[in-house]
Amino acid sequence: MTPLALWLTLICIGLLTFAIRLSFITLFGRREIPPFLQSTLRFVPVAVLSAIIFPALFLYGNKFDLSVSNARLIAGVLAAIVAWRTKNVLLTIVVGMVGLWLLQVFVK
Amino acid sequence: MITRHSEFLKGIKAELPILMGVVPFGLIYGVAARSAAIPPLAGQSMSFIVFAGSAQFVTAQLIGAGVPAGIIILTGFIVNLRHALYSASLAPYLKRLNTRWRMLLAYLLTDEAYAVAITHYQQPGDMSRKHWYFLGAGLALWSTWQASTAVGIVLGTQVPASWSLDFALPLTFIALVVPNLKDRAGTAAAATAGIVALLATSLPYKLGLIVATFVGISIGIFLESRYNKRARIHKEEDGTGQIQPVADPTGYTTKEHVEKEGG
Repeated sequence: MTPLALWLTLICIGLLTFAIRLSFITLFGRREIPPFLQSTLRFVPVAVLSAIIFPALFLYGNKFDLSVSNARLIAGVLAAIVAWRTKNVLLTIVVGMVGLWLLQVFVK
Repeated sequence: MITRHSEFLKGIKAELPILMGVVPFGLIYGVAARSAAIPPLAGQSMSFIVFAGSAQFVTAQLIGAGVPAGIIILTGFIVNLRHALYSASLAPYLKRLNTRWRMLLAYLLTDEAYAVAITHYQQPGDMSRKHWYFLGAGLALWSTWQASTAVGIVLGTQVPASWSLDFALPLTFIALVVPNLKDRAGTAAAATAGIVALLATSLPYKLGLIVATFVGISIGIFLESRYNKRARIHKEEDGTGQIQPVADPTGYTTKEHVEKEGG
């Protein structure tokens, strides 16, 4: 990417993000969101984040890896269990990272 | 007595525990931006221009992968779409403010600032100076995010690849998604999006992310509307069934917000 394209990309994302944040504050000024929009928006974070999580865990070098030697998958599942039980962001990340490091050292 | 000054300081204080979690994410973003070969100035400017942790991570990743600008922008837009919920939820409280205040607070409207601000707004009391509390919380987060991403960018190249710090990104997202899988429709939306993302990896330009998100959201909407319809019919039939109460539009409880991600 050329420097110009890079800067334009960043500015576009910045303006769009600002527009999203300002949207209801300025346009509507009332509490009710149309119900359809509300239920659509509710699914956005879980869908988009899962679409990032799954490939990071299951794919290794663009190849599907479901084996026990896939350290990232095991560490990720471990982290998911911690997230489910504790709802603690920091603890989830610490367990996942330490788990990955240990697996990389011992399961090679 | 409640003054602007005391509200501002209270906002900063309320934000402090969240900042503990924000610092490592800022560091990791800085490292990610450097490893995506984004020049330091542009990487830091993104913290200033976009000011949204997860979108910045994803953007850096896509830039590193050589994805065309249009798709990066579209992806960034989708990742940040959730802020519309925060905007809607805060709108009634910000109605009396002038345009300059609204724009400033909109710029500072992140997951973490929202969590703290909405809690304060929903408490009874003098409403006339609560925007100063929001400002304090927002600025505390903003300065911490700028400083920690700067440190990450400076350290960037010195962090060895064997540390696998890039794995902190999916881990952060796991920490955000898993506690929010509270109902069947949401869980199905997440699982579907994840599986479609796997199936669609061969699509060019990482378009799989966008396709997967849309399929996941569609499944969620479909299941929820079917559930609602069934609940309605059930209620009409015997008059005892209850329709699930409409959740907080953000889908999160306040406490979980407080523990959410950085930037």
